[in-house]
Amino acid sequence: MATSATAHAHAGPQGFIRKYIFSLDHKVIGIQYFFLALTAVFVGMFLSLLMRIHLIAPLASLPLVGEIKPETYLSLLTMHGTIMVFFVLTTAPQGGFGNYFLPIQIGAPDMAFPVLNMLSFWTTFVGFVVIIAAFFVQGGAPLHGWTGYPPLSAVQSAGPGEGLGADLWITSIAIFCLASLMGALNFLTTTLDMRAKGMTMMRMPLTVWSWFITAILGLLAFGVLLSAGILLLMDRNLGTSFYVPQIIVNGQIMLHKGGSPLLWQHLFWFFGHPEVYIAILPGMGVTSQILSTFSRKPIFGYKAMVYAMLAIGFFGFMVWGHHMFMSGMSPYSAFAFSLLTMCIGVPSAIKTFNWLGTMYKARIRFQTPMLYAIGFVSLFVSGGLSGPFLAQPVLDIQLHDTYFVVGHFHLIMGVAAIFGMFAATYYWFPKMFGRMMNESWGRIHFFITLIGTYAIFMPMHYLGMAGGTRRYSQYTEVAYLQKLMPIHQFMTYAAIITIAAQFIFVINLFWSMFKGPKASDNPWEATTLEWITATPPPHDNFGGVTPVVHNGPYEYGVPGAARDFVMQTDPPVASSGH
Amino acid sequence: MADATLQHNAAAAHGVAGEYEAPLFGAYSKKVGMWLFLASDSLTFGALLFAFSYNRIYTAWPTPFGKESIINATIMTACLLSSSLTMVMAVFAAQRHDSSKTRLWLLATMVFGTAFIVLHGMEWTHLIHEGLSLPAFPKPAGQLDTEYAKISKGVPQFAATFFGLTAMHMLHVTIGVIYLGVVALRKWFLPILGVIYIGAYFAIPADNVFHYAVHALLIGLIVSAVILFLKPKDYDAHDVEVSGLYWHFVDLVWMFIFPLVYLMSTKI
Ligand code: HEM
Ligand SMILES: [Cu+2]
Repeated sequence: MATSATAHAHAGPQGFIRKYIFSLDHKVIGIQYFFLALTAVFVGMFLSLLMRIHLIAPLASLPLVGEIKPETYLSLLTMHGTIMVFFVLTTAPQGGFGNYFLPIQIGAPDMAFPVLNMLSFWTTFVGFVVIIAAFFVQGGAPLHGWTGYPPLSAVQSAGPGEGLGADLWITSIAIFCLASLMGALNFLTTTLDMRAKGMTMMRMPLTVWSWFITAILGLLAFGVLLSAGILLLMDRNLGTSFYVPQIIVNGQIMLHKGGSPLLWQHLFWFFGHPEVYIAILPGMGVTSQILSTFSRKPIFGYKAMVYAMLAIGFFGFMVWGHHMFMSGMSPYSAFAFSLLTMCIGVPSAIKTFNWLGTMYKARIRFQTPMLYAIGFVSLFVSGGLSGPFLAQPVLDIQLHDTYFVVGHFHLIMGVAAIFGMFAATYYWFPKMFGRMMNESWGRIHFFITLIGTYAIFMPMHYLGMAGGTRRYSQYTEVAYLQKLMPIHQFMTYAAIITIAAQFIFVINLFWSMFKGPKASDNPWEATTLEWITATPPPHDNFGGVTPVVHNGPYEYGVPGAARDFVMQTDPPVASSGH
Repeated sequence: MADATLQHNAAAAHGVAGEYEAPLFGAYSKKVGMWLFLASDSLTFGALLFAFSYNRIYTAWPTPFGKESIINATIMTACLLSSSLTMVMAVFAAQRHDSSKTRLWLLATMVFGTAFIVLHGMEWTHLIHEGLSLPAFPKPAGQLDTEYAKISKGVPQFAATFFGLTAMHMLHVTIGVIYLGVVALRKWFLPILGVIYIGAYFAIPADNVFHYAVHALLIGLIVSAVILFLKPKDYDAHDVEVSGLYWHFVDLVWMFIFPLVYLMSTKI
């Protein structure tokens, strides 16, 4: 065994470029991912602002962008969805926080493959540049939505933006797939091979479990999207017809022949459904971690949490058909997909139950991270309840492609995952930047965001049930939707306020980075390994030693212990919980 | 099972002493990493094969492959099978620390791999001349569009899936040959690759798709150069074993493509 490790072997690299730009240090890479996602989320948010304004005033001339035409609306929608799903929801929780804290939480000095880690960040970055470029090329950004359904996405002449813009879109996604594959490989190998002595699988914090399972999903799902994307590129540029039947576009008969748009839907959703769990699982991990820490109680049912996440991951690959009930599939397949989809409700409910159980009869410390974790649970429940409705083929015939679906996935995937990120940011900021964030502003930010979120997305359910279709540009022109316009107006005003409130967060973030009060090594009195090391952690995470783990991750309120929490490296105690 | 020296090479590589838990699957990190990559890659191929089957089920599928095609593909299969054997020999030699034997067996593997690519390339060229092609490929002089319809029996998906699947596989074999070349010869492989690239580019006429596809070698050259620059080390038995995993996987994929694409479309 390597006993001859020398002191200088783990001294950090010198020079600005090796230290901050092309760094191999997982912590720096994590922060790079974090800021990339922060940039992306603001771009995505700005696009959504334009969309919301357009929806209530389709003919208004806006500053900067002028009047938004229907096709521009569709590009905004596409870019909003794609940027949010890939470059925010997939990037920050996994690439950002996972990269920073997974090695530390298992007691490793770095990721298993640091070079690969660096490459995966820079590949993601290139992907982001490529997709942003789609705005600026001839014809602008594509129109086909984040799901990229053909034939619209497969035929160059199908609309403005479906030329070079769509090529850039799909290229960016292919690049993103490669980056995610590299990342997933690294996460998995690190977790399997680099756990410190005593860090058995069943002593890993639930955050680590969630990143680990997310990585499994990523590894298996992105490969499929990559293939689907390559075939789409072939259809677009080599004249093949995987996805395109014989069609007429703009009065012209296309040379394509014999393909099936459903093939894309199958491949896309085989990736797409696991992808929604890729977005949400890290949030579940962080929430578990924070709920336990701030309730000063062991997580309720640690093993059940682990098995529930594994079950979600497993079933997640068998339910893609629930996005395709309307595609004319056989009622038997629809029944099977519906049943399997409902099965996912069970582990989801177990998790919710355990979160509530953790908080039950606890002396809760209501600090900002905790508020956001509770917010996560709330959104997960409100968004999740509409899932079983959508999973009924009969109901889905009415609800598919309406605002009901938009409400469902924004609550559960969009904002819940974002709440997970906020929770993670407020929770780990002290460790990452060595200072505390401002509590009062954190709370104000939380309450505006929580109420704002519900105000924006709850009415969407009503809108959808009333027949409000999604991906329309001018509802003002549709007679039967006229009466629903006040709801749209309400949502737009709520969106403007909520978006404005996000600046509180950014200002708090940057102000605290430089001016916040200095953080101690363990400000939240938590138990996992990141809290035993210095703040911010040294280059090799633990200053040349490898921690030895004796306890489970959530030993709070252990009878007979000196403090109300027992660190994972403290001398062993009889386990208190599970 | 994991022998003690292998166990913590991942952590030891970072120069931090200390004790670690035994790796879950008892394998060193690089091997785990390769297995995971292969898991993912098999889904990438799985999706392509799904696309193929999906089209095949819903269309009256043509069966145009005559005797020459099948014989050719059988020889190609034999090449790959032999290359798997030589790869195994290379891994054994590496485990005995016999570096010159290792290099020889690796080179043999590369020769079989290259033979596969060349035969496959000739097959492609032949089929394209017969009229099986994609709209975007350069057309050989004097070829009519109708002939294209003839060989694929009016099923454009046939050509699309054929070229899509086999191109993806050929790309994997090419990457494999370059990968083995780097493991066997390290930086001395770069000039060899350069010569092959330039030679192939000038030898292949401009109305042949491979005139353009050959640029993949240039990309491979650049990537290998970067990797060799970042990690200019000797490759050991582990590296050979890991490259072997990749190589066997690529062979295995062909064992799916050969029956599905060729044998099931034999002329009847
Ligand atoms: C009990 C759990 C859930 C069930 C039963 C469920 C069911 C469904 C169904 C049936 C649809 C298709 C609706 C349609 O398009 O007509 C759907 C859409 C969607 N769901 Fe869920 N869901 C659940 C949880 C989740 C979770 C946890 C996430 C994300 C983290 C999520 C994200 C999405 C997204 C993004 C879409 C829409 C995609 C699109 O069309 O753009 N769902 N859900
Ligand atoms: Cu789904």
